[in-house]
Amino acid sequence: MSATTPRTHRFANGLRRALTSRLAAALTYPHGVDRYLEQFAPTASLTEVRAEVVAIRHQTDDSVTLSLRPNGNWQGFRAGQYVRLTVEIDGVRRTRCYSPANSVHATDGLIELTAKTHAGGFVSKFLKQRLTVGTTVGLSQAEGRFALPDARPARVLLISGGSGITPVMAMLRTLTDEGFAGPISFLHYSNAAKDQIYAAELAGIAAMFPNLQLLRGYAEPNQGGELEGLFCRAHLNAVPDFADAEAFLCGPPGMMKAVQKLWADEGIGERLHLEHFSAAPAVLADSANAEGDVRFIRSERLAQNSGATLLDQAEAAGLKPESGCRMGICHACTCRKASGRVRDIRTGEISDAGEADIQICISVPVGTVTLDL
Amino acid sequence: MTAIQNNTFSSLTPAQFAAIGADLDAIRNRVRTDLGQRDADYIHNIVKRQRQFEVAGRVMMMIPPTWPLGVAALSVSKILDNMEIGHNVMHGQYDWMGEPALNSKHFEWDSADTSKNWKITHNYEHHTFTNVLNKDHDIGYGLLRMSEDQKWEPRFLANIPLTVLLHTFFQHFVAVQNLKLEEVLVYKTKSTAQLKEEFKPVWAKLKKQLKKDYVYFPALAGPLAPLVLVGNAAANLARNVWACAVIFNGHFPEDVEQFPESVVENETRGQWYVRQLLGSANFSGGRLMHIMSGNLSFQIEHHLFPDLPAHRYAEIAPEVRAICEKHGLPYKTGSFLRQSISTWKRIAKLSLPSGRSGKVSQRAANEEALAPLAMAA
Ligand SMILES: Cc1cc2nc3c(=O)[nH]c(=O)nc-3n(C[C@H](O)[C@H](O)[C@H](O)COP(=O)(O)OP(=O)(O)OC[C@H]3O[C@@H](n4cnc5c(N)ncnc54)[C@H](O)[C@@H]3O)c2cc1C
Ligand code: FES
Repeated sequence: MSATTPRTHRFANGLRRALTSRLAAALTYPHGVDRYLEQFAPTASLTEVRAEVVAIRHQTDDSVTLSLRPNGNWQGFRAGQYVRLTVEIDGVRRTRCYSPANSVHATDGLIELTAKTHAGGFVSKFLKQRLTVGTTVGLSQAEGRFALPDARPARVLLISGGSGITPVMAMLRTLTDEGFAGPISFLHYSNAAKDQIYAAELAGIAAMFPNLQLLRGYAEPNQGGELEGLFCRAHLNAVPDFADAEAFLCGPPGMMKAVQKLWADEGIGERLHLEHFSAAPAVLADSANAEGDVRFIRSERLAQNSGATLLDQAEAAGLKPESGCRMGICHACTCRKASGRVRDIRTGEISDAGEADIQICISVPVGTVTLDL
Repeated sequence: MTAIQNNTFSSLTPAQFAAIGADLDAIRNRVRTDLGQRDADYIHNIVKRQRQFEVAGRVMMMIPPTWPLGVAALSVSKILDNMEIGHNVMHGQYDWMGEPALNSKHFEWDSADTSKNWKITHNYEHHTFTNVLNKDHDIGYGLLRMSEDQKWEPRFLANIPLTVLLHTFFQHFVAVQNLKLEEVLVYKTKSTAQLKEEFKPVWAKLKKQLKKDYVYFPALAGPLAPLVLVGNAAANLARNVWACAVIFNGHFPEDVEQFPESVVENETRGQWYVRQLLGSANFSGGRLMHIMSGNLSFQIEHHLFPDLPAHRYAEIAPEVRAICEKHGLPYKTGSFLRQSISTWKRIAKLSLPSGRSGKVSQRAANEEALAPLAMAA
């Protein structure tokens, strides 16, 4: 190591201490140090995780793989966890969850995300078609309980379908990086060989690690997979000791249901760990009759959607959210929507299902809505 | 000042109110669906300029030859922070961007007033009850007599010096506005204990603002501390006077109307729109004037659409004006100077006992108003 490295390190540490000092906070009040820092370097922040897009590649026609260099606030992740990625699209910040697919031991310090593009998918299409290298994106710290246990299980079974491969790919890469000696079985399903993401990486790892049993299934015929068609009981014939394994599952809803049922029937449900990618089902835009629930997460209350405005429903549930004009002028009632669609009673416009700030006095839930209230 | 006119507001039929409402809603909906990158870029750029002016101003103030430039730059920074950024962001004009730093819930401005109190007195009370006596505290800030229908009291003889005082310490008056001091000092309807409680959060913010401008930054300048202290005071003063003048021009030129409390009962959206129109006035100017006034030079458009990004007002103003002409409504505008002179004339006249309320108490006057009548002051 050269002599300058500890010196730059000391400088960086000193700068950080100065910027996080109470004096710095007092001098930059009320906006805070970050609001000045970001004008100089877009990824700089004292508290927020932000990342620069350093590479974009297209493994298949309907997927995109991003390499992100996070700033120093990133605390790393456990293989299997996800991050909330925030991108600005046409002036609006949109947040979606993506599971890093890289090994937790990757030495390049990058986070690798792969998104499958959905036909009407707002963010995934943007990532595929419009995102450019050099863009700054927002990240959350890693979240989620779907993760490899710190005490690695003796026997590992990974099952994924489509883009659901990402979190289990992180598990596989992490285990092989660690020189994990136990047997690993990996069942992966996709439509056709040309649509399979991480196909080359999987084949490469399988060639290097004899303890990895790789079983690929394709919905379309003649794709050269080890398995035929969709997931079924017979596919587990190749994994006779599946009941002894800790199983990690992520894929499309239908496939997940089939696997879950089998594990439940076998009475080994507690050995199956799962991650759901799919958001709340889209609700018909013209549904005037109230459906679903209103979930107030902070106050831990649940109410059946009555079709009234969220402000009225919150008050009916005994909550006291801030409000003022109750007609959409003053924004006193603005509140974070964690998920679900709402209709603006003034315009009839229906929101998207992602996280957003909404004025609850003029918002009516369309299906189940979760509010940070 | 004229006495009660049989004016615009009372001469409109429900169908006309509805038609006006529909025309204005159409503008609102069109702009809302058009919001996007252009608006995000605009506000990001203004924020960047504000930060640059602020940093440059604070640095230049510590170097004697550039001191005047420093004061000018910090004044510009504070004006941008409070008006084109703070006032507009706190209206929720940029909430749709989903950016926490530009969100009406979280934004705090470089002013003595807490954003929380501001959003109550301004966004809610002033914008919902614009120019409604007793409900819109911005009518005179509890300090001045700004309407013939406000009962005259001897203290209003000082209307003019008090207005000067209000301009000078505007940020501090605004900071205590939500405390409604006159209820303690003059009308004795609020206890001092309650006032003390309400003052706590205000004082917490005030302290931080004072320390920043009058302790920490001067201290950083070492021997030049007095220079920085005076410079910061000058920048705060410049912002105070300018902000107050802009706001007064928006609501108090002589032809701007005020309304009795009864108008807001069962008010329709169309009636609300018309009240906003009649209760506001624009002033003309170039692009720089609009930016530095936070686009409150388009006070009429702002009151019609308080949560549309303010830089859009210039674009929709011709349409609003056309709608006014179509429905025979006045659209009040003039030069900055003309609106200022008109405002000060109103303030001067109202310092003397005059008008109806010299005799009738405000409440009685309101109770008498059976139909929603607007009063042209
Ligand atoms: C914990 C977690 C981890 C995730 N990790 C990944 C990941 O690593 N890679 C990845 O590609 N995605 C992942 N997702 C899904 C991702 O967050 C988005 O939901 C997805 O990219 C679609 O977003 P969008 O904005 O493109 O679609 P939207 O505009 O939100 O939705 C458009 C349409 O697509 C449908 N749709 C939305 N999501 C899905 C889906 N997953 N499957 C099928 N239809 C859908 C909607 O119902 C809607 O009709 C994860 C989700 C969760 C909850
Ligand atoms: S209460 Fe005023 S906007 Fe909702």
